Amino acid sequence: MLKNFSVARGPCDVLRDIALQIGPGECVGLLGPNGAGKTTLMRGALGLMAHRGASSLTALALKTRAKTVAWLPQAREIAWPVTVETLIALGRLPHLAPGAAPASEDQAAIDSAITRMGLESFRSRIATQLSGGEQARVLIARALAQSTPLLMVDEPAAGLDPAHQLGLMQVLADEARGGRTVIASMHDLGLAARYCTRLVVLWRGGIAADGRPEDVLTPDLLAEVFQIRAHITTSPDGPIVQPVGVI
Amino acid sequence: MRALWITLGALVAVLFAASLLIGPAGLAPAQALSALFRGDALAETLVMREIRLPRAILAVLVGAALGLAGAAMQGYLRNPLAEPGLIGVSGSAALGAVLALQTGFAAMHVLALPFAALAGAVLAVLIILALAGAHGGSITLILAGIAVSALAGALTSLVLNLSPNPFAASEIVFWMMGSLQDRSMTHVWLAAPFIVLGGLVLLAQGRKFDALTLGEDAAASMGVHLGRLRLALVLGVASMVGAATAVAGAIGFVGLVVPHILRPLVGARPSVLLPASALGGAVLVLMADIAVRVILPTRDLKLGVLTAIVGAPLFLHLIYKTRAQA
Repeated sequence: MLKNFSVARGPCDVLRDIALQIGPGECVGLLGPNGAGKTTLMRGALGLMAHRGASSLTALALKTRAKTVAWLPQAREIAWPVTVETLIALGRLPHLAPGAAPASEDQAAIDSAITRMGLESFRSRIATQLSGGEQARVLIARALAQSTPLLMVDEPAAGLDPAHQLGLMQVLADEARGGRTVIASMHDLGLAARYCTRLVVLWRGGIAADGRPEDVLTPDLLAEVFQIRAHITTSPDGPIVQPVGVI
Repeated sequence: MRALWITLGALVAVLFAASLLIGPAGLAPAQALSALFRGDALAETLVMREIRLPRAILAVLVGAALGLAGAAMQGYLRNPLAEPGLIGVSGSAALGAVLALQTGFAAMHVLALPFAALAGAVLAVLIILALAGAHGGSITLILAGIAVSALAGALTSLVLNLSPNPFAASEIVFWMMGSLQDRSMTHVWLAAPFIVLGGLVLLAQGRKFDALTLGEDAAASMGVHLGRLRLALVLGVASMVGAATAVAGAIGFVGLVVPHILRPLVGARPSVLLPASALGGAVLVLMADIAVRVILPTRDLKLGVLTAIVGAPLFLHLIYKTRAQA
């Protein structure tokens, strides 16, 4: 939950007086053109950037926060050639007491994350030797293994092939349906419309639209905020948004 | 993994014993050990307890300090080319020692030089923390370290430049090459607390270095207080490297090469690499310190010269291997 939330970068505010309340079970797609402040909103809410106003997350102590929210940054960084399983196990660090070895529940969370991301055959591979898309899936599994009620991911679908984009969005939607809260910044309007339960569009430092995908993604909003025309229909699979031209 | 710990531990033990038994006094092993433990023969006991024992202990301490500090720097910066000298502490400790030699302060007391070197290290830490600020990331720390290193190097050159006679200059140059010769138990007692304390501080950060594998942002979101981690790193590295430089001079390449060699053997996990590098550093410095006594026993070959001569080609080989894998 954010209240009167502002984040400044340099002399000017990137975001001004944002108020946003997100509850359990929601899969929120954070949309907006480049530079609209999607990443800034999430990093600010996590307490990774200086900000003004209230964020219910930064009110928590650092240790509690790490058990409440898992954060997957946009930069897919894997510094050392560790195995996939070792990397995913890092997600359990906030749950380990100082000096304690991982317990069976930690291993269960790791195994479950590996299964959900379909990484069984990669377990003992060296993470840095995988392709970019595979690394992205391993890092998402790390965030899942953290087993937090809130999951914040920055452009999770970027760099994945179509099957894995759909698979990943299905995993995130399932997490939300299971009672977790998912907040994902996205550029793919089609994926957002299809899988998110709620869309929040950031534009010019504020929230341009907030609501159900079919209510948010209107021709007028797409023209004003994204400067595109799109083909919008509903299908048995849900709403379909296909950008077709630049205005 | 267990085999690695046993191997490293056994190597330290064997080399420590070898370091005690090898030297210009030419004592037979049985005679040497009996002199060390029983203290029955006066001259031999003096050699063992006052010359060889402190030398072997210091080799372990200095090697462990350089290896562990190197692994910590690489873990924090997520860069296999980082080394303990990067934050400018070794350069500043050397400057302190050089000033002590130049002014004649070093001749006043056996601990005058190490204390001057420690003062240099403390000064470097204060400047780095002031320059890098409380909240900056790793980049500001590197920049501050480079600035302090450069300044300390320039001032050391200035002292050499202005030294009154060639003997003073050569004394300074020889000290800077690094050696464990003619150190006493007093040196051990001076360095040990700093190295042990710094080591404990760094070892306690192991899991935080693990979390940093995912980058600073992800680590921060996983409960790592980056500002506190950086403070612990600077204090731990400075304490270990400052004390090591104070008693042994500048010994290069150990902190760079040891973590690099051991990384593949510990599955690249930074938290496991820390203790492994401490043992590996002790092994390398013990080996080098035995080698300087065996290769050129009459010419006073300097330890720092040998580690650089061995370390640089080893490092080139590692780079070559890395290139072949890519």
